[in-house]
Amino acid sequence: MSAPLLHLDHVTMQFGGLKAVSDFDLQIGSGELVGLIGPNGAGKTTVFNVITGVYAPTQGRVLLEGRQVSGMKANRIACCGVTRTFQNIRLFPRLTCLDNVAVAAHQHRKAGLFSALFATPAFEKDEASLRARSREMLEVLGLGNHADSMATELAYGQQRRLEIARALAGGPKLLLLDEPAAGLNPQESEELMRLITEIRRRFSLTILLIEHDMKVVMGICERIAVLDYGIKIAEGSPAEIRANPKVIEAYLGEEAVHA
Amino acid sequence: MKRVLGPLVALVALLALNRFLPTVLNPYYFQVLILVGINITLAVSLNLVNGFTGQFSIGHAGFMAAGAYGSAMFTVTWGQSLAAAMIAAHVPAPVAQGALLLVSLLLGGGLAAIFGYLVGLPSLRLRGDYLAIVTLGFGEIIRVLILNIDAVGGARGLPGIPQWANFFWVFLVATIVIALAVNLANSTHGRALFAIRDDEIAAEALGVDTTRYKVTAFVLGAFFAGVAGGLFAHYLSYLNPSTFTFLKSIEVIAMVVLGGMGSITGSVLAAIVLTLMPEALRAVKDYRMVIYALMLIVLMITRPQGLMGTRELSWAFLTGKKQGGRS
Repeated sequence: MSAPLLHLDHVTMQFGGLKAVSDFDLQIGSGELVGLIGPNGAGKTTVFNVITGVYAPTQGRVLLEGRQVSGMKANRIACCGVTRTFQNIRLFPRLTCLDNVAVAAHQHRKAGLFSALFATPAFEKDEASLRARSREMLEVLGLGNHADSMATELAYGQQRRLEIARALAGGPKLLLLDEPAAGLNPQESEELMRLITEIRRRFSLTILLIEHDMKVVMGICERIAVLDYGIKIAEGSPAEIRANPKVIEAYLGEEAVHA
Repeated sequence: MKRVLGPLVALVALLALNRFLPTVLNPYYFQVLILVGINITLAVSLNLVNGFTGQFSIGHAGFMAAGAYGSAMFTVTWGQSLAAAMIAAHVPAPVAQGALLLVSLLLGGGLAAIFGYLVGLPSLRLRGDYLAIVTLGFGEIIRVLILNIDAVGGARGLPGIPQWANFFWVFLVATIVIALAVNLANSTHGRALFAIRDDEIAAEALGVDTTRYKVTAFVLGAFFAGVAGGLFAHYLSYLNPSTFTFLKSIEVIAMVVLGGMGSITGSVLAAIVLTLMPEALRAVKDYRMVIYALMLIVLMITRPQGLMGTRELSWAFLTGKKQGGRS
C-alpha cells in the first residue's frame, strides 16, 4: 500500500505543563471516513488544530500523502488539500453566503492582484469561474436560495451546512469536520448524515470527523479513534469501540448501554 | 467597448470641469474642492487597511508625508528643470508638467509604499490596539525624521514647489483610487481581505495567505496616501511637517469610521462631509470646533456603523431593493 492520505506520526502537543495530545498515532487511508471521539477536553480539537497547522506539534510529525506538512503555515496546508469546519461556527459574518464560500475558492484563482485591480478580461473570467464553483457548493449543501443572504441571517443548522460548503469549495482531499451535528435536532442530524455520505461519494473525499452525537458517529464512521486526556485509548470499528471496556469506562458508559 | 468608453467619458468630463470650474468658483471654494478630492483619496486608501482588512492603522499622515515630501523633492531637484527643458523643446507646458507630476506622484507613492511595507510587517504579529500604537509611532517617526532633515527644510518647511496639481489631476487620482478599490472589493483578493477582517483564523484555515494580504493592504493603502500627499504638495506648493501630525491621521480615520468601515461610497461621502463641514461652520467662529465635535458624537451615537455601514451606494440600494451587500 502506498502512503496513507493522512499520517499522524506520534504527535504530541504540549501547552506549558499541559499535554493536550500525547503520542497520538493515526493513519487514514484515502477515501476513509474516520471518527474521532472522546470526552470533553480530551484533545480532539487540538488534533484538528495540529493537522491544519494552527499549531505545530511539539513532537512528532503530520504527513499528508507521505509529505510532511507539520510546521507549514495553516494556509499552505489548506492549499495542500486539507480544509475544515469549526466547532464553534466561524463564518465571515459581514459577507454573503456566496462570498463566504468564495473565500475558500480563493486558492483556485488564476488572476493576480493587478489584473483584479484593473479588472482585466482574464480576471473577469477567473472571477466568474470562482463564483460558479462557489454557487455549485451552495447548491450541493441545499443553500442555493441563500446565496445573497448574509451568513448571519441563516438558521443555525444552515450555518453549519454553510461551513461545510465553504470547506468543500477549497477542493480538499481531506475534510475535517469538528462536531458538525452539535446543536442539531435529531431530524437535522439524520439529514447531516445523509449529506456527509453524499459529499464524500461525490467529491471522493476522505473525512475525519469529531462528534459527540453517537448516533452520527456509529452510523457513518467506518473506523473510530478514541481520545481520553490526550491519549489514544482505542481504535477500531464502531462495533469494537462499542464493546471496548476502556472506552465504556472513559466515556461511552451509559450511551453504549442504551444505543 | 464599455471598458474604454467609461474612462474616456470620465477623462473628458474632468478636463472640461478643469477648464470651467476655476472660472465660476471663487478661489476659496475652489481650494476647498481640491481638498475634498485629496481627502477622498486619503479616506479610500485608509479604508483599504482599516475597513477592508480590519487592521487598525492610525499612522496614515506619515504615509501622506512620505509621499508629499518624496514627490516634492523630486520635482524641486529634477522635475522643474526637466519641465523647463521639455517646454523649450516645444512640448506644451500642461503636458510636460502633467507628465512630470505623474512621475513625481508615482515616486512619492512608491516611497510611501516602502514605509507601508515596513509598517505592515508588525501587523503580522500585532492586532487591535497594539497595532494602532505601532502605526501611530511609525507615523510620528516619519514626521520627526522630516523635521530633522535639513535638506527638506526641516521645521521651516519646504517652499517653492511648482503648482502643477490642479482639479484635473486631483480628481483623476480620486477617480482611479475609487475605481481600483471597487475592483478590489469585487475580486477574490478583496474577499480575502474581508475574510481576514471578519475571522483571521478561519481565513487562514481556508487557504488565505493572511500574512501576504495584510502587508499588501498596507502597501496599497500607503501608496495611495503617498500619491494624495504628492498632490497636496503640488497644489499648495509649500510643505510643513506640522501638517502631518497624528491629528491628520485622526481626521482621515474619522472619515473612514463615519462613512462606514469597508464602504467605499461611505468613505467618499464622509470625506466630502468632513471637509466641507468645518469650512461651512466658519460662520459660527469660536464655536466651530465645538459644533464639529458635537456633530461627530451625535452621528456616532445614532449611526455607530457609519453612514453607509458596510454597504455601497448602488441602484438597488437607492430603490430600496433587498441586497446582500458586498461586504
